[in-house]
Amino acid sequence: MVLTALAFAVIRNLFAVVMLSGMFSLTAAVLYVVMDAVDVAFTEAAVGAGIATVLGLATLALIGVTRERLSTRSHIGPFLLAMLTGGVLITSTFDMPAYGDPEAPINRHVAPRYIEESGREIGIPNVVTSVLASYRGYDTLGEVTVIFTAAAGVLVLLGRARRRRPVADDAGNAERNEAAE
Amino acid sequence: MRRQPVLRVTSKTLLPVILLFALYVQFHGDFGPGGGFQAGVIFASGFILYALLFGVANARRVAPGGLIRMTLASGVLLYAGVGVAGILLGGNYLDYSVLAHDPVHGQHLGIMLIEFGVGMTVASAMITIFFIFAGQDHGDEE
Repeated sequence: MVLTALAFAVIRNLFAVVMLSGMFSLTAAVLYVVMDAVDVAFTEAAVGAGIATVLGLATLALIGVTRERLSTRSHIGPFLLAMLTGGVLITSTFDMPAYGDPEAPINRHVAPRYIEESGREIGIPNVVTSVLASYRGYDTLGEVTVIFTAAAGVLVLLGRARRRRPVADDAGNAERNEAAE
Repeated sequence: MRRQPVLRVTSKTLLPVILLFALYVQFHGDFGPGGGFQAGVIFASGFILYALLFGVANARRVAPGGLIRMTLASGVLLYAGVGVAGILLGGNYLDYSVLAHDPVHGQHLGIMLIEFGVGMTVASAMITIFFIFAGQDHGDEE
């Protein structure tokens, strides 16, 4: 994954970058399976490796640019900022509890209750589904609304320009049909 | 893509399996990994595969824009409506226990309905976005 991420930064061919991002997602999905998070792996493989790659390719076909243009401005400021953020993030991971530590805060708060009680309360073997759909129902509703808004935004921004032409075509066809009759 | 018999035949064989698998993930999410979101994405990717191989115009004939936009909105409405139904039956918003006589059964019903809503919205959102992206250059060519 680190190699793919480095290749992102170096490679200027946008087609290769789209393919690499698909590879990155697939590796991430495998990693999630190794960490026993099959639901997340499922999503990552379908969205990240599948649909995002196709959408990236569609965008490339749309804008017709296959190579990134190199800017001539200095990159020192952004570089320092990125290194600083990365450094802070890496140092803070040292304070995180070990993976799978039963004493970690995340495993002591509400997780035991979900695991012990959800079988009786919800009656569904997959605890992930009961948490997402029932205990965290509001969050999931919010997520669905976000997806709806995203699609609506795309429709508003890009859908109108496309739809105007077919409407004009239909009108033209209708006139032609009338003339033929 | 018209002259790719291998790709066309393979994907034609795979398409029903992909769509069926999406439905399996949708309704089997209670017992195995998956749920509405994953099912929606798989369903949409089956559609996108069809559109890639047989042309966006053909795919659009299978799923007209109006129908897709209807399911896009009705998925969210179904989810929110299940919440409102909970209030009307005397519970809290999105409390599924009151949907049936038995709280556990109510939870089952509520989760199945909202997952179906999630799946509808996610699938139509992905298909919409793909259609629009793919339809753009199509319009320029004409």
